[in-house]
Amino acid sequence: MQIYLPIAEVSVNAFLILGLGGLVGVLSGMFGVGGGFLMTPLLFFVGIPPAVAVATGTNQIVASSFSAVLAHFRRRAVDLRMGTVLLIGGLFGAALGVMLFNYLKALGQVDLLVTLFYVVFLGIIGALMFVESLRAIRRSRKGGRATARKKHNWIQKLPFKVRFRTSGLYISVIPPLLVGVAVGVLAAIMGVGGGFIMVPAMIYLLGMPTKVVVGTSLFQIIFVAAFTTMLHATTNYTVDVVLAVLLLVGGVIGAQFGTVIGTRLKAEQLRILLAVLVLAVCAKLGLELLLQPSELYSIGAVTP
Amino acid sequence: MTCLRYLATVWAFILSASALGAEEEVVLGLSHNEISINTTFDGSEILLFGAIKRQVAIPDGELGVIVAIEGPKEPLNVRRKERRLGIWVNVDAVEIDSAPSFYAVATSGPWSEVLSEVEDLRHKVSIPRAIRSVGAPSTVTDAQSFTDAAIRIRTANGAYKVREGAVNLRESTLFQTSIALPANLTEGSYRTRILLTREGRVVSTYETVIDVHKVGMERWLYELSRNQALLYGLMSLFIAISAGWGASTAFRLMRQG
Repeated sequence: MQIYLPIAEVSVNAFLILGLGGLVGVLSGMFGVGGGFLMTPLLFFVGIPPAVAVATGTNQIVASSFSAVLAHFRRRAVDLRMGTVLLIGGLFGAALGVMLFNYLKALGQVDLLVTLFYVVFLGIIGALMFVESLRAIRRSRKGGRATARKKHNWIQKLPFKVRFRTSGLYISVIPPLLVGVAVGVLAAIMGVGGGFIMVPAMIYLLGMPTKVVVGTSLFQIIFVAAFTTMLHATTNYTVDVVLAVLLLVGGVIGAQFGTVIGTRLKAEQLRILLAVLVLAVCAKLGLELLLQPSELYSIGAVTP
Repeated sequence: MTCLRYLATVWAFILSASALGAEEEVVLGLSHNEISINTTFDGSEILLFGAIKRQVAIPDGELGVIVAIEGPKEPLNVRRKERRLGIWVNVDAVEIDSAPSFYAVATSGPWSEVLSEVEDLRHKVSIPRAIRSVGAPSTVTDAQSFTDAAIRIRTANGAYKVREGAVNLRESTLFQTSIALPANLTEGSYRTRILLTREGRVVSTYETVIDVHKVGMERWLYELSRNQALLYGLMSLFIAISAGWGASTAFRLMRQG
């Protein structure tokens, strides 16, 4: 069934878009990532103009994250206090990131920088997670209990300590705030919710339990994605609501399945799957930079 | 105003008098002269049929008919990648002043027979002539390859097409053709031209406009997104949040029930 999208100005197969939304929704529910880093390239692939794909993707992320976070709330797997601290940092970082983005745009080559950002960050995070979760799985295979992760001593020494009861942590607010800012900057430049950076940062830097991390990350992503959607809608007019509805109908259903799958898998398995996914996207983007493209020329709109 | 019209009439008279075989004239019918883009729009086909009206006997010389449909024009930025430090990077860019978003041209015979180079230059019928490119930066020495690339990319995705011999000409009097418009059509006025040629020279032209516009929900949403951007953004968020909540609630009820 073909549907003409009013803002994107292309005709697409409705079922294809529903399927895409569903696929990304499952991942979103499983891993607590918004799925922006997958959704945007997939939308390019089916012929949606890049600007519309990025903006509409953020709107869809709001829906799937909201659906998933409700499920996590019921299981009391959201650390609201931690989420709020991260969010404050995140919004600040996003504003900073938008300024940086515009500065890079004035210099030219913004596309290249975005791709490089993707390759570098996805590569580092994917590799770290992969190695760490492999080690954890090997430990549990040996029958020995997984040892608790070491907490960084310098983090323990920082002032402004706050008790995060849900996460079982008593740490300074400075590291989570900084994580929030960093993720906000990256999210604005890369045009994603930032979950794929947020999740590992919370696990490895802050030492939060994996089960709480997913819900808390989703909680924070909703707000960052909503903020980005409004920015795109009011400045670039690139949010396509028809496309968004198709994506989110698939997405919200997928997110529910994803949450169920997520609770049945072990934390290590969950992490290794996410690591493989992140590395796959990284490899694809990296190859695009390294291999000679079949068409050296590209057509773009003239920037005024 | 009256003066302008008078000048225009005189100009038209001079033009027609100077052309060979001015007594031949095109009469055209279109299957539709407006296209409405609704939710289920999936491309469209325009059927053009016409006749050549004459006051005299059929003149000598090979007769040709060219049909060209041209979408709204816009400036473009064409970039070229080069390998720098092992990765492929956009290095050069050339701005094309004006290129139609869509261009389809159909002819009654081989291109070289129906239109001479000089006439193509004057009437800007072939695709390379329909694109206007001025001044490339001094760092770019082969500006033409950028224009060629733009045509190549647009031809590959179906936005530009040339169909030689697709116009059916019968008894040197009746002609008909059909032109398919793609699903990713943009709004605007599509200039439609019919050129009648003899021995490669244009003897008569006919011009009309096909109006492409969105209707119904497409129109409403498009207008809202432009004129009430804040409201539109909030509406998108509201839909997103309620869909997320709805799905979550529905699944919980299903699991309980």
